[in-house]
Amino acid sequence: MIPALLVSGSSSTLVHLSPVDLIIIVFYFVLVLAIGMYLKEQANTGEDFFMAGREMTAWVAGLAFLSANLGSLELMGWAGNAYKYGILAAHWYWIGAIPAMLFLALVMMPFYHICKTHSVPGYLKLRYGQGAQALSSISFAFMTVLMSGINMYAMAVVMRVVLGWNIHFSILVSSITVMIYVALGGLRSAIFNEVLQFFLIWAGALLIPVLGLMEAGGWNGLKAKILQNLTEQHVTNPGAYTHAWSTLGSFTDNPMGINWVGIVFGLGAVISMGYWTTDFLVVQRVLAAKDLRSAKLAPIIGAAFKMMVPFIVILPGLLGLALLRDPHTGSLLRLVPANLAWSETGQAQGLHGYDEVLPLMLARYCGPGLLGLGITALIAGFMSGMAGNVSAFTTVWTYDIYGALIKKDASDESKVRMGRWCTVIGVGISIVTAYFAMHAQSIMDYVQALFSFFIAPLFGTVILGMLWKRTTKAGGFWGLLAGTMSSVGMYVWVKVDPGAVRYVALSMQAQDQAQNMFRALWCCLICVVVTVVVSLVTKPKPDSELKDLVYGLTPIPKEEHVTILHSPVFWGAVVAIAFVILQIIFW
Amino acid sequence: MKSGGSLSIWFFIGVSLAVNGAVIFGTGIYELVSPPANQVVLYNLHANIWWGGLLLILGLFFSLRFSPARERARMAGNS
Repeated sequence: MIPALLVSGSSSTLVHLSPVDLIIIVFYFVLVLAIGMYLKEQANTGEDFFMAGREMTAWVAGLAFLSANLGSLELMGWAGNAYKYGILAAHWYWIGAIPAMLFLALVMMPFYHICKTHSVPGYLKLRYGQGAQALSSISFAFMTVLMSGINMYAMAVVMRVVLGWNIHFSILVSSITVMIYVALGGLRSAIFNEVLQFFLIWAGALLIPVLGLMEAGGWNGLKAKILQNLTEQHVTNPGAYTHAWSTLGSFTDNPMGINWVGIVFGLGAVISMGYWTTDFLVVQRVLAAKDLRSAKLAPIIGAAFKMMVPFIVILPGLLGLALLRDPHTGSLLRLVPANLAWSETGQAQGLHGYDEVLPLMLARYCGPGLLGLGITALIAGFMSGMAGNVSAFTTVWTYDIYGALIKKDASDESKVRMGRWCTVIGVGISIVTAYFAMHAQSIMDYVQALFSFFIAPLFGTVILGMLWKRTTKAGGFWGLLAGTMSSVGMYVWVKVDPGAVRYVALSMQAQDQAQNMFRALWCCLICVVVTVVVSLVTKPKPDSELKDLVYGLTPIPKEEHVTILHSPVFWGAVVAIAFVILQIIFW
Repeated sequence: MKSGGSLSIWFFIGVSLAVNGAVIFGTGIYELVSPPANQVVLYNLHANIWWGGLLLILGLFFSLRFSPARERARMAGNS
């Protein structure tokens, strides 16, 4: 029997939990809180609370690096995207992640690690001064709590649709749990729980593709079933759903309305590089590594597992295309956009949204116990993402806003105190944002776009600062501002005049994701051009002030006594080769 | 790995996998003896038995390998 507080009043839910499932979910909450309480004693100094003492091994930092990104709606959202766009969605895990993670490990990590910065805005302060730091830290702090709240709301909606849980109950229980364990143990607690969540996500989600492939008759059987089902539904070019590259020659040949330029340059070279190398949410985990070799190995370990995530995220979406049928009529089940599925009409007709494909597959194969583990995997995903947002917000607020702009002489003790309060306040703002989003559904689209406005140009600013010593303080600031403003401008242009999409995304067929790719590409280029031009007409810093910050002026420690099996370069090459092989297999 | 105290993160992971594995394995055995009325697709494969068993074995390995007693002994040996 499920307690009344949990129930939303909705009678139609995707899955029904048994007492065994509830035991598994409750045990998960008890364990994450126990970890937070256990680690409280190890979070007394600023280095402990905000940087986990900078003593994480490569494995712990690498798995936390990946797990922080597995949060929010990652699991269900990308499974839904795989159902909608086919295997093209896997690009967000392959070319949209692996090259950037390897670049972070082998090129950028030495600079982050050697300059001992607490955050990415902290690096900008060292390199460009307070203007660029203030711009990036305020934007980041604002966007992080906003995203955290909106994701929290989205999670609560999912819990209502999937499990019939009360929306307020879901928001309060998940947010208060995260608040307690992060406020108690700081980044160390967030990282430990992220590693635990990583294992639970795999344990709970891995069974779906394994059983799904057995039912579908392997990969070839799955492809044949998808082709047959989509042909029956008169979908244009059904073969495009199972090919990652061969349909990217033209905008009209694939379900996303994108071509290879958008995927390679927009996603692979700009959005992915921006996210994985400058978004402090993920970079903070690697900064906590105990030494430079661990800091370089951590993103490589993360990349190795990231390559495999499509197995538990993309494959269930494709299996949904092949196998899902209406249990009453036996006819093919066609999922629809979320706004249609979750509307009153959609609910009355029993429609399901794209994002529900993962829980639908979970309910298909998982009985009592396994279902509880699968739901725990989804909750763990949401909570690891939220903890990532909250801990990154706390660090940026304390070091880059409070410590840099408000109280410059703050002691270490007062920073830790501020960090704990900031965790509580950050979660509080997230809860308020969640309720705000509840009354303004479209805000989610705008904030997603706003977040991308900042990340793409930030990559241009950071990478020029690291690799070109001629970049000046004014160049960095104006380049970042111009990149951000141009991205906002293009977004508004397309909103005001939808026909402008043919200029911004080079095609009238471009869907939302394709528009994001091209907008990111242009705004990053604008950032780079403005930074270079302004730098060339302004006075650069002397070399002595750029030591440990810029390539060519930073002595990188040599790894002379490291065997090949402990070498980051070797493992980076192994991951790169595996990445290329995957692209060829799924071409 | 220095984990802050004598408990390693891998120990917590082991406990989590072992408890979840035991519960799922036990449920699978119960369902084998008393099959449910509403069966999931591929019920005949009894995924909860072998998946639960696998998690239990993995969890026990991590729990024992990184148990507090072993960690304390290892730290004492290092100091």
